Amino acid sequence: MNVDSLQKGLVIDHIQAGKSMEIYRFLDLDRLDCSVAIIKNARSGKSGKKDIIKIEDKIDVDLDVLGFIDPNITVNVVEGGRITRKRKLQLPAQVTNVAKCKNPRCITSIEQELPHIFKLSEEGDRRVYRCIYCEQEYNSKK
Amino acid sequence: MKHLIEPVDLTPQEVDEILDLAEKIIADPPAYSQKCRGKKLATLFYEPSTRTRLSFEAAMLELGGSVLGFSSADSSSAMKGESVADTIRTVQCYADIVAMRHPKEGSAKVASLHASIPVINAGDGGHQHPTQTLTDLLTIRSLKGRLGQFTIGLCGDLTFGRTVHSLIRALMRYEGITFLLISPKELKIPDYIRADMQRKGLAFREAERLEEVIGELDVLYMTRVQRERFFNEEDYVRLRDSYILDGEKMELARQDMIVLHPLPRVNEIATEVDSDPRACYFKQVLYGKYVRMALILKMLGVEA
Repeated sequence: MNVDSLQKGLVIDHIQAGKSMEIYRFLDLDRLDCSVAIIKNARSGKSGKKDIIKIEDKIDVDLDVLGFIDPNITVNVVEGGRITRKRKLQLPAQVTNVAKCKNPRCITSIEQELPHIFKLSEEGDRRVYRCIYCEQEYNSKK
Repeated sequence: MKHLIEPVDLTPQEVDEILDLAEKIIADPPAYSQKCRGKKLATLFYEPSTRTRLSFEAAMLELGGSVLGFSSADSSSAMKGESVADTIRTVQCYADIVAMRHPKEGSAKVASLHASIPVINAGDGGHQHPTQTLTDLLTIRSLKGRLGQFTIGLCGDLTFGRTVHSLIRALMRYEGITFLLISPKELKIPDYIRADMQRKGLAFREAERLEEVIGELDVLYMTRVQRERFFNEEDYVRLRDSYILDGEKMELARQDMIVLHPLPRVNEIATEVDSDPRACYFKQVLYGKYVRMALILKMLGVEA
C-alpha cells in the first residue's frame, strides 16, 4: 500500500502522538485482511506531532467511540483517491466496555461480569467521562 | 422504581417531605407504629455497621414491619462468589425494600440496576451514604432551625469520608452555605466533589488547621480517618491523629456552634467534649432512626 495515496478507505487523523496502537487494538484492526498503515509521530501544525492510521477499506465501526479515546481525532473517508467526507467526532454520551474503570475501590474491580460504563459529564469548560458506578474520572494515562 | 443511591436522587421537595414527616413521627411515634405492618425490610450488610444497620432495623420494627438480612459478607453467599446483581434478584423475592452496605464504590448502583423493589444505599465504600445525610440534615434543621445561611466545617478524612461527600452534595442545593474543608493534604475531597462545587459556584475554602477556622463555624462536622479504606497501614497510622477535637479547641468555637459526627469515632473527639452542650453527635443518632422511618414510609409509598 502506498501510504500517501489511498484510493478507497479511511484515514484516522490527528491522533495524539503515541495513541495509535491503542486505537489499532480497540478497532481490532489486526483482524482486517486489507492494508493498514500506522504512521507515528508525523509532523503536525497543531500539536507538533501526531499519529495517523490509514485503512485501505471501509470498515463498519462506531467511530464516535474514538472520540472517547481522543476527542481531537478526525476521520476522513476516501473514495476515488479523494477525501469525500471529513468527519469530526462527537463525544458519545455514554460508552460501554470501551475502557475499564481503574479505581481499585470500584465495584467493577471485584465483579468481572459488570459492564464498564462511562458517562460524559460537562464540568464547566471541561468534558470528562466518569464511571457510572464510582464516578471516578476516566484517564487513559493513569 | 425509586431508589436512593445518593442524596440528589431525592428532589429538594422530597427531602423536605421526609424531614417534615420525621418531625411528625418524633412528635407522635405511636401514630406510626402499624404503618408498615406486613412489610419486610432486607438489610444486606457486607461490611460492619452498628448505627446504620440497627437504626434501619429499629425504624422498620417501630413501623410495625419486620426485618431480615445479614450483617457480614461471611454469612451470605457473597462468600461463595455470588454477585450483587444475583443477590438482589434473590432478595427481592423475600422483601419489599432493601438497605445495602458494601465496601466497594458503586455497589448500590449495581443493585438498583437489577432490583424491582426500592434499594437504599446504606454506604458504598468511600463513595456515598445518603441516609446519614438525611440524618445530618434533620439534625441541623432541628438544632439550628434552618438549612442554609450558615458556615459548616467538614473536618478529617475528606477523601474516603462518604458521609462528607453525600452531605456536601445535599447542602449544595441550599442557599448561603459556606464550606470550610479541613483536612491534611493527603485526605482532601475527591475531584468529582470539588468539580461539583466549582461548577455550582459554591463558597468553599480549604484549610489544614482546625484551630484557625473553628471560630467561624456554625456547624462542625468531624469525621474519622477510615482505616478500612487504606491499602497501606503506614499511611493510616501517619494520618489518623491529624485532628483531635478537645476542650481546648472547643474554647475557640462559638457558643452556638454544634458538633456533629456520623460515628463511630476513634479518637478524633476527646471524650471530655461529650459533656459540652454543643456536642450533638448522640442526638444525631436518634434523629437517624426517625429519618429512616420517614424514608421507609416514603419509599414504600405508605400513606402517612
